[in-house]
Amino acid sequence: MARFRWGQSEGGRAALLMAPPFAYALLLLAVPLLAIILFSFWTQDFMDVNTTFTLDNYREIITQPIYGLLLQRSLYVSGCVTIVTVLLAYPIAYFVSFHVDPSRKSIWLFLITIPFWTSYLIRVFLWKVILGYNGVVNSGLMGLGVIDEPLTFILYNVNAVIITLAHAFAPFAILPIFVALEKIDRSLLEASQDLGETRLSTFFRVTLPLSMPGLVAAVLIVFIPTIGDYVTPELMGGAGGKLIANMIQTQFLALNNAPLGAALALVAMICVTAISLLFVFLNRRWLRGRS
Amino acid sequence: MTALISLRGVQKYYGTYHALRGIDLDIKAGEFFSLLGPSGCGKTTLLRTIAGFEGLSDGTLKIDGKDMSGVPANLRPTNMVFQSYAIFPHLSVAENVAFGLRKSSMSKKEKSAAVKEALDMVGLGGFGGRASHALSGGQRQRVALARALILKPKVLLLDEPLSALDKKMREQMQVELIRLQRQVGITFILVTHDQEEALVMSDRIAVMFEGEIGQMDDPETLYRAPNSRRVAEFIGKMNFLTGVVTTDGGTVSVDVAGLGRAELPASQVPQGTVPGKVSIGIRPETLAILFDGETTQRRVVDATVSEVVYYGDMTYYDVRIAGVESALTISMKNLIGRPVLDVGAKTKVIWDERSLVLLPA
Ligand SMILES: Nc1ncnc2c1ncn2[C@@H]1O[C@H](COP(=O)(O)OP(=O)(O)OP(=O)(O)O)[C@@H](O)[C@H]1O
Ligand SMILES: [Mg+2]
Repeated sequence: MARFRWGQSEGGRAALLMAPPFAYALLLLAVPLLAIILFSFWTQDFMDVNTTFTLDNYREIITQPIYGLLLQRSLYVSGCVTIVTVLLAYPIAYFVSFHVDPSRKSIWLFLITIPFWTSYLIRVFLWKVILGYNGVVNSGLMGLGVIDEPLTFILYNVNAVIITLAHAFAPFAILPIFVALEKIDRSLLEASQDLGETRLSTFFRVTLPLSMPGLVAAVLIVFIPTIGDYVTPELMGGAGGKLIANMIQTQFLALNNAPLGAALALVAMICVTAISLLFVFLNRRWLRGRS
Repeated sequence: MTALISLRGVQKYYGTYHALRGIDLDIKAGEFFSLLGPSGCGKTTLLRTIAGFEGLSDGTLKIDGKDMSGVPANLRPTNMVFQSYAIFPHLSVAENVAFGLRKSSMSKKEKSAAVKEALDMVGLGGFGGRASHALSGGQRQRVALARALILKPKVLLLDEPLSALDKKMREQMQVELIRLQRQVGITFILVTHDQEEALVMSDRIAVMFEGEIGQMDDPETLYRAPNSRRVAEFIGKMNFLTGVVTTDGGTVSVDVAGLGRAELPASQVPQGTVPGKVSIGIRPETLAILFDGETTQRRVVDATVSEVVYYGDMTYYDVRIAGVESALTISMKNLIGRPVLDVGAKTKVIWDERSLVLLPA
């Protein structure tokens, strides 16, 4: 009788529907996360893991300047990538939403996703070819006589990492902004002009505020995963362009120090979460519910 | 008196589609003017050209004597109430109303006083702090009105502002709009496809068909003396019969099929009437049923009731008359003691020459 009612009531049905994805999320998100948290309070004894509770890992992270430096650099790179990506994505999304014939919008979105047709790794290598010492940019500029010797500040440093990541995440930023722009009732823009605003001031008073939810989403979608990216800095960053994720990877694999890696991962995650929450909080007035 | 808004030979093409086909229009300051017409006839297009959202393909538009070609919407002395109201969802009610005041020289205090006054005027005093999404349709409409009126435009353009409201609300807002217009003295141009709304509210109405103005008159003239069959069909209910006009010296008479011959008073003869076949319109309320025990000085003709529609205060009868092709509709007030006839009842229909509206065949 009780089970019968369980399946019939509104909440019960919802629970039944939710159960499989919930279990899935638990297995793939919560369990690894808990494992990482647990590991971060243990220590590595050569080949064994010492499971006595300790804060040694965190103490080391705080006292050794290298970790703080890497974390800072990571946040800086992610911040730059986010700014560059969103600043480039907004005009593209705006153009597609406002200036492309409605019947052609889907083909434009389709074209925007083309970079995703090749693997991430291949795209990174392509950027190497473009930015390299004898790469497309350098030979092009030298051929044109603009420069005498190859530019060196575009590969194997932080700039190269930023360029590559900004390109990789562009569609992720374009799509949410595009969706937000699409949702704007065009008569609002006319109303603004009718009330005395120019096209430019209409953009700042109406279009931009109404597209903020998309902009915030784009910022988070780009910012959060770039902190964890280690492939691009590994391949493009050179010695000075390594980030916190590379250190985590090194700890887990090369140095076989999973507990310290876990603690680093947690610290990075807490930083990202705190910054993201702060960002959402600062933008809360644009994210209020509306009809 | 010079016109506040004056259009001459205005043409508008959307690609190859000819949306406005030569509009000539003069609207006086302080007038309540309506654009009335069936869907797709170009009312919105005409309003948007006045507002500055659409350019003209040809012709001239002057507002207050100034040519408006090349003047963008934000610099025109017009404000618009959009059909969807276009309330900014990210702003509160007060912020919406104050939107157009950004460039004004008013101090902050004066602005908030103006906002309060505008909200009071539309009956939304105390709503200033509300989020704009927490408003009903009628309230949104009032916010849109307040937002436009606060700028004291020379002309207020309203694109079917009442069509989204239910009947009760609509009637209430009609009265309020008329009151507001008298109070602020601003010229209103109202687009509507509801002929009743246009008749109730306007000083003058332009009836549009397919990008042209069919007739432009005050409501009474428009109703009493439509100049064509399509105007007559669009405004109110109208029965159509055929007839033959004959002229004899100064008098014009018409032989109406099924009813008989009548001499028309000069006021009812449109200019340019020539002998020959014509179409004749008869309003349902200018005919009457002769009930048992009633008498009349007017002419009567035998008829059979073919349909009865009861409206409470009124009853609409469709009657058949020998020699008339289609049924005639007659509206009768349900006065005390007056019965409601049944379908099939034999009766008499009262008419006279004052019922007849001559229309080009
Ligand atoms: N941007 C446009 N591009 C092409 N054709 C248009 C455009 N806007 C309007 N039209 C056409 O012009 C004609 C007049 O349109 P308009 O919106 O002025 O009609 P309306 O009288 O306001 O009708 P409704 O009562 O349905 O609102 C219609 O046939 C419409 O299809
Ligand atoms: Mg319209």
